Amino acid sequence: MSALQSLMIVDGALLALSVVAMVLAMSNRPTGRAIYAASLVLCAIGFVAALSFLLGRETPQSMSLPIGLPWIGAHFRFDALSAFFLALIEFGGAIASLYAIGYGRHEETPGRVTPFYPAFLAAMGLVPLADDAYTFLVCWECMSLASWALVMSHHRDPENGRAGYIYLLMASFGTMALLIAFGVLAGADGSYQFSTLRAASPSLGIATTGLLFALLGTGSKAGLAPLHVWLPLAHPAAPSHVSGLMSGVMTKVAVYAFARFAFDLVGPADWRWSVPVLIAGGASGFIGVLHALMETDLKRALAYSTIENLGLIFLGLGLALAFKGNDMAGAAALAMTAALMHALNHMLFKSLLFFGAGAVLTATGARDMGKLGGLLNLMPATGLFMLIGAMAISALPPLNGFVSEWLILQAVLLGPQFPQWTLKLLAPATGATIALTAALAAACFVRLFGVSFLGRPRSAAAAKARDVDPYSLTAMGALAGLCLLSGIFPGLIIDALKPVVLLAVGGTMPLQSKLAWLSIAPIAASRSSYNGLLVFFFMIMSGFLASFVIHRLASAALRRAPAWDCGFPIADPATQYTAQSFSQPIRRVFGGVMFRASEKVIMPPPGDMSPARLTVQGYDLVWHGFYLPIERGVSYAATRLNGLQFLTIRQYLSIVFAALVALLVIIAGAT
Amino acid sequence: MGFVDLAFQLAQMLVVIALAPLLTGLVRKVKARLTRRRGASVFQPYRDLYRLARKEAVVADSASWLFRIVPYLVFGSTWVAAALVPTFATGLLFSWSADLIAIVALLGVGRFFLALAGMDVGTAFGGLGASRESMFATLAEPAMLITVFSLALIAGSTQLSTVAAFMASSHVGLRVTLGMGLVALVMVALAENGRIPIDNPATHLELTMVHEAMVLEYSGRHLALIELGAMLKLLLYMSLIACVFAPWSLAIADAGVGDRLLGLVAYVLKLAVGGGALGAFETSIAKMRVFRVPDFLGAALMLGFLGALLLFVSRTLK
Repeated sequence: MSALQSLMIVDGALLALSVVAMVLAMSNRPTGRAIYAASLVLCAIGFVAALSFLLGRETPQSMSLPIGLPWIGAHFRFDALSAFFLALIEFGGAIASLYAIGYGRHEETPGRVTPFYPAFLAAMGLVPLADDAYTFLVCWECMSLASWALVMSHHRDPENGRAGYIYLLMASFGTMALLIAFGVLAGADGSYQFSTLRAASPSLGIATTGLLFALLGTGSKAGLAPLHVWLPLAHPAAPSHVSGLMSGVMTKVAVYAFARFAFDLVGPADWRWSVPVLIAGGASGFIGVLHALMETDLKRALAYSTIENLGLIFLGLGLALAFKGNDMAGAAALAMTAALMHALNHMLFKSLLFFGAGAVLTATGARDMGKLGGLLNLMPATGLFMLIGAMAISALPPLNGFVSEWLILQAVLLGPQFPQWTLKLLAPATGATIALTAALAAACFVRLFGVSFLGRPRSAAAAKARDVDPYSLTAMGALAGLCLLSGIFPGLIIDALKPVVLLAVGGTMPLQSKLAWLSIAPIAASRSSYNGLLVFFFMIMSGFLASFVIHRLASAALRRAPAWDCGFPIADPATQYTAQSFSQPIRRVFGGVMFRASEKVIMPPPGDMSPARLTVQGYDLVWHGFYLPIERGVSYAATRLNGLQFLTIRQYLSIVFAALVALLVIIAGAT
Repeated sequence: MGFVDLAFQLAQMLVVIALAPLLTGLVRKVKARLTRRRGASVFQPYRDLYRLARKEAVVADSASWLFRIVPYLVFGSTWVAAALVPTFATGLLFSWSADLIAIVALLGVGRFFLALAGMDVGTAFGGLGASRESMFATLAEPAMLITVFSLALIAGSTQLSTVAAFMASSHVGLRVTLGMGLVALVMVALAENGRIPIDNPATHLELTMVHEAMVLEYSGRHLALIELGAMLKLLLYMSLIACVFAPWSLAIADAGVGDRLLGLVAYVLKLAVGGGALGAFETSIAKMRVFRVPDFLGAALMLGFLGALLLFVSRTLK
């Protein structure tokens, strides 16, 4: 059986599982664990199929099924690009299912989650297989709707209702943009098979228009600024295993879709295409991480950080496009590898972090960092895994986040080779954005981990927290282990990505596995190299050496005592730094423009017993500067057009007549 | 490759750790003399470390296990980073395992854990230090990375050994970018090491401290390691600036033992000059308010960025 057939069977079985879950949910039987276990097995099979295809460097496979549009059917194709993203999707699905076997028990209304969960997995697994526009859009829309249903599973919370509404709006907008993109690229003949789109060589204007709409459509799903507003509302609203899937995996489906458009469907690349991608990526990175730094809700901070990481991935894709447009295949391969690796790494650590946030939610019932604290002592395993995830996402060596950011920076350093002035200027700006974003992300995760896991508990619920069930811990432990492994053996991943990169940009990076000691050298060893294994080994060795020497030769005595705190330890945990106070200096430095944050201090006059108050007014640049004007414009136009509802039949007829004449004139002018 | 290289790599690791307290002692001595005090001996830091290491460690009740391993992690990552910066000779055996970007990130590891340790006990001062340190780092780290970009573009490599060897060769000449890079790097180094005007390493006045606030709860051997890590970091930045901007007498790979010894003598002299300059600078300037630091570091960031921009538009890399 070919890999494509097994994947189709897996997706079909997931859909069937969804129907079974629906029936069981209607008859009110508690079946969550069985559904999740079945999803785990199916996703694992899909993962093995996709991975063996990728590692075996097999030739593309295709099939068509007589479903969907009559006489056209549905076409599916499986090549290296699909294989990489499918491996990522199925792995993410499997690990989320494993986590959900334990976590799903705490769900209040499991019947609202289990029917949609396998369908969501199946839809995500089908998008990278689709080989014609119709199948693609149907799968894409199923993915949106299934995830929308999951977001709405706690629908009684009014905030979730709003999140679901905005998500639905933005998802429809994204699908509409994709529809237009396909329409523009397919031309008047309207053959929507990908092979026809690939063979057609559209003019530069058509291809650019198509790609811009594709960027809008995929960017709205990936959460690129300014289309990101739904993401921090919708991702956290879902149950935590679904949040992990949406942030870690569904955003990668959007990356796949963009890569499929930009590197495959639209034909030979033009360097100008990279400009909007780089700008959108940079803006998302910066906006995302700054919002993450201000957010006090654990899951929402993680969702904002997703926007940041997707920004980084798109920066990598943009650089790859720019290099490809200038026929620099080697450099394009480096940038593309960096982007794909960051996509993989982000799936690993963002799923891990969302699962950790879910564990915290289970243990304490709180998502607000202001109610947490001291969890590392109470939930040691979850704390350790969260710490590893936080290190990885902060791009600290020897973990995996550092490797992919290092690779992107190496690609940036090839920037002076660009012949175009625009790109020569954009490349260092990209580098500066990545450096700034990485530093802000580190601060963000010091804050997130420090406030929720360190210090003393800030609420009674947090003081009673206990580690969660073994399934959840296994899932988190596996992800944490993979964050470390892919950080110290990046060369293996780079080599495995070779066929994908070759397909996308027509070049490859040098073979890494022949380098000594498993180091990686993207261009040449004399230019730059990195060895995660040795760095890891050296850090551990020197730490242990210091520990050994000092315990042996100096002192090993330890005494527990009350905290020192300059001699005035106050027992109240409220005296600790909170999430807001931690980010206050950064808000003052960076927030002036972004948030127009203004602090107002109300100091009562002497003798007045009322408390002094400090109020901070926030402002969301994108929401207030972009969406609200649109909303106002729409409601203004709607109010004006309202008058059209109360005309006489004669007036309606004359409007219809005028419209007909106008259309005829346009058509006459066009031909 | 071979025994000699391994020996030199080990020698480098020992040299940095042996010289780091001396450098700190020298800076303190210079500052004391300039303020007309006699000051402690330049060897006092060794005695302090020895004394601290032999004391029992007092750990707060609310501290977690992270609090106890952070000193080793901070020391380990700083030591690895310091061992990879060419001091008296390039061609370190393991220099290819981490390039300049990775060295910056290794220092980031130390800062990450130190900030976490500051928040671990759950006191107000620890959080204050961690918060301010994070704010400084969000500007200092990009400034440093951008300067690294400029150096990498000039030398055609991000490997520090290659960069240093290139700077030591005669192809360099005077460049605007290098000048901007030097200024940016010095500003970053002042901030990262918590020196005046950013932070005062000698202060224990509660509201002005940053680095000291983070490590307030540490004692005994833990404090000794953190202090040694901070001293190593100062030495690292000085070696970095020396090997890139003053690579005179730096022994290039495959140099003979005589050249390497000469390099070592020159290195000690460079450190002495650097330490003296730092002491004099710190004596002559006042500490700035916390919220003026972002302006200071923002200037470093902009200088580094301008330098890199000049390179991007003016040269193509072969």
